[in-house]
Amino acid sequence: MSDLETFRAETRAWLEANCPEEMRQPLGSEGDICWGGKRWEFKSDAQKVWLERMAEKGWTVPEWPVEYGGAGLSKEEAKILKAEMKAIKARSPLNSFGIWMLGPALLKFGNEEQKLEHLPKIARGEIRWAQGYSEPNAGSDLASLMTKCEDQGDHYLVNGQKIWTSYADESDWIFVLVRTDFEAKKHEGISFVLIDMSQDGVTTKPIKLISGKSPFCETFFDDARCEKHNLVGEKNKGWTIAKYLLTHEREMIGGMGQGSGGMRPMGDIAAQQLGLDDRGMLADPILRTDVARAEIDGLAFLATMERVTDEAKSGQGVGANSSMLKYYGTELNKRRFELMMDSAGSDGLEWGAERDVASHWLRTKANSIEGGTSEVQLNIISKRILNLPTA
Amino acid sequence: MAMVLSEEAGMLKDAAKGFLADSAPVSQLRRLRDEESADGFDRSTWKDMAEMGWTSVLVPEEHGGVAMGHVAAGVIAEEMGRTLTASPYLSTAIMGATALSRFGSDAQKGEWLPRIAAGDAITAVAVDEGRKHNPVNVTTQAERSGNGFKLTGAKSFVAEGHIADMLIVSARTAGGDAEEEGISLFLVPQDAAGVKIQRASMVDSRNSARIELDGVEVDADALLGEVDAGYKPLESILDSGRAGLAAEMSGSAQECLHQTVEYLKERKQFGEIIGTYQGLQHRAAHLYSEIELGKSIVLKTLQTLDMAPDHAAMMVSAAKSKMGQVAQLAAQESIQMHGGIGMTDEYDIGFFIKRVRVAEALFGDANYHTDKFARMRNY
Repeated sequence: MSDLETFRAETRAWLEANCPEEMRQPLGSEGDICWGGKRWEFKSDAQKVWLERMAEKGWTVPEWPVEYGGAGLSKEEAKILKAEMKAIKARSPLNSFGIWMLGPALLKFGNEEQKLEHLPKIARGEIRWAQGYSEPNAGSDLASLMTKCEDQGDHYLVNGQKIWTSYADESDWIFVLVRTDFEAKKHEGISFVLIDMSQDGVTTKPIKLISGKSPFCETFFDDARCEKHNLVGEKNKGWTIAKYLLTHEREMIGGMGQGSGGMRPMGDIAAQQLGLDDRGMLADPILRTDVARAEIDGLAFLATMERVTDEAKSGQGVGANSSMLKYYGTELNKRRFELMMDSAGSDGLEWGAERDVASHWLRTKANSIEGGTSEVQLNIISKRILNLPTA
Repeated sequence: MAMVLSEEAGMLKDAAKGFLADSAPVSQLRRLRDEESADGFDRSTWKDMAEMGWTSVLVPEEHGGVAMGHVAAGVIAEEMGRTLTASPYLSTAIMGATALSRFGSDAQKGEWLPRIAAGDAITAVAVDEGRKHNPVNVTTQAERSGNGFKLTGAKSFVAEGHIADMLIVSARTAGGDAEEEGISLFLVPQDAAGVKIQRASMVDSRNSARIELDGVEVDADALLGEVDAGYKPLESILDSGRAGLAAEMSGSAQECLHQTVEYLKERKQFGEIIGTYQGLQHRAAHLYSEIELGKSIVLKTLQTLDMAPDHAAMMVSAAKSKMGQVAQLAAQESIQMHGGIGMTDEYDIGFFIKRVRVAEALFGDANYHTDKFARMRNY
């Protein structure tokens, strides 16, 4: 047996022995997702045990180095782990912005102390992180952000307001883009800092969305304290980190819905909801065409994600293609949910049902706004891929 | 399988790009059109292509081919799509070679494959009977006659049918209209008694043919594959061509975008380079994104044809549908973004919208393949 086959066999055996039955069931609701953090209340013993066992193996962040709480797996091994988890329908043991966003940034830009301090706690789900990027007057034009960060000698003092901070009301720490130089050009006076949210100077207020849910907050900094060792990278060089993370975020949002691959095909859903006519065709012929086109585009999108990844691996990649994926993936996801609503008919219009499609449909409208709007992505494609001039 | 070209396929792509840009650019198609060429393609260019191995890309080695597979065949088709090179490559090197190598008897392979590989024989697939592609609608009859069959009927939109040495004809040996069962395939020499070929000049300056079969007598060994069971092989032959067309359209779409973006960087109006206007930038960037999706599904489909040819039908329909729509968008957008000059015959961009329209229709348009995809997905 090759090393990878051995790894696959061992992984399969370990998962079989250690993944609780309850953690192999489909998520009943969003509340079943484990986010971790100091204030996290486990929904069940199984959820707690599953997180502990996976964290112990380093498999909540399988590709991170062992000293930072990971398992140091190669890309191939991580792929096998993912496939084996999917095979037994194992739930993700831990979701977090720490894993998706801050971790990769610290691994790339953090110093050794920062990595050792923060990464293992992310891996074990002990600290829940929020992301402080947008401000009321800095949305698409993120670099115009004004949250002020002043040097007080032994620490920094932070004043300002962030918006669209995901789950800030349930988070312990926040990574924040702040302005450390008000004289410099807008991209050159930004720094990337880590702030403890448990202090009085940091308050949050949930924002109720059209979906009826409040996944985002406003976060206020009033003389909030930030220790000097919590500046990541160089002072005034935070935009580099921000751009890196935005690219990362775009890939994540773009791939959402399509990339997971676990979604039920739209055609199956519509066939079940609306039935087939005597020729075996979806009873609504115009919806049938739209569904088929969306499924074909979904296949083409999946193939594109695969191709972009493989091209990057072989060094032929186009970096700004993450913008193309973000643009297309989010528009496609919005289309999918429009079709879900068309197919669900009046049942889909019911509000507040256990698994209502309407609130999800409304939530997807943010996909092409968050992480850089579709229009911003098209600007990036024009400039960085097509090399079209700017006025 | 990694979604990138192998080193071998990458080298083939570079070679094809170089050769076609030098020897068969759009100006060649323009010249053939203006000279009202009877062949509709350049025979000396075709000979050069054969010498470079392009006609043997799907021919097995034992019959004089190089058997590089559908990804390689698609790479060449894509490059031809950039230059709109007119040739019987699709009908012969892709579809003829697929038909014979996969479904031919030993004798048929021995007779035709070495000639296809050498560029000495041209084949065409005669399948359509109505104005819309639907290969199950076969009314052309093949009656048993002596030791063979007698074919009677009419075919239309037979790409390269006017220059083919041999026609691959679908005809009904049993069954009723629109039944898969009872369709058989025949290899019919163009000079067989009773074959009447009428050239049809198409909007893209290429040619297809209307073919009448008036009691055409063929021997039993003209049958390709099994009697009454020709539909499945026919679909495989068509799928090879559909994938080839999708690859060709990918090349055309990329070239449309390329020429358009270059134009946007040069043209000035209102004192500004028009490429600085967001209204045009966003159209170009959207088109870029659509083309990237089209490229991916085409590559995935060609890889599937190489690895699992009997399970490729759904991907082929997805690719033909997607790339057909994307290429039409590309051709239409390039004319709009070029403005008035895009409407002139002198400018090359108009050749693209014409060819793409034909390639999109050939062997099933986007609507046909979207519907077929939905049927295969059981809805």
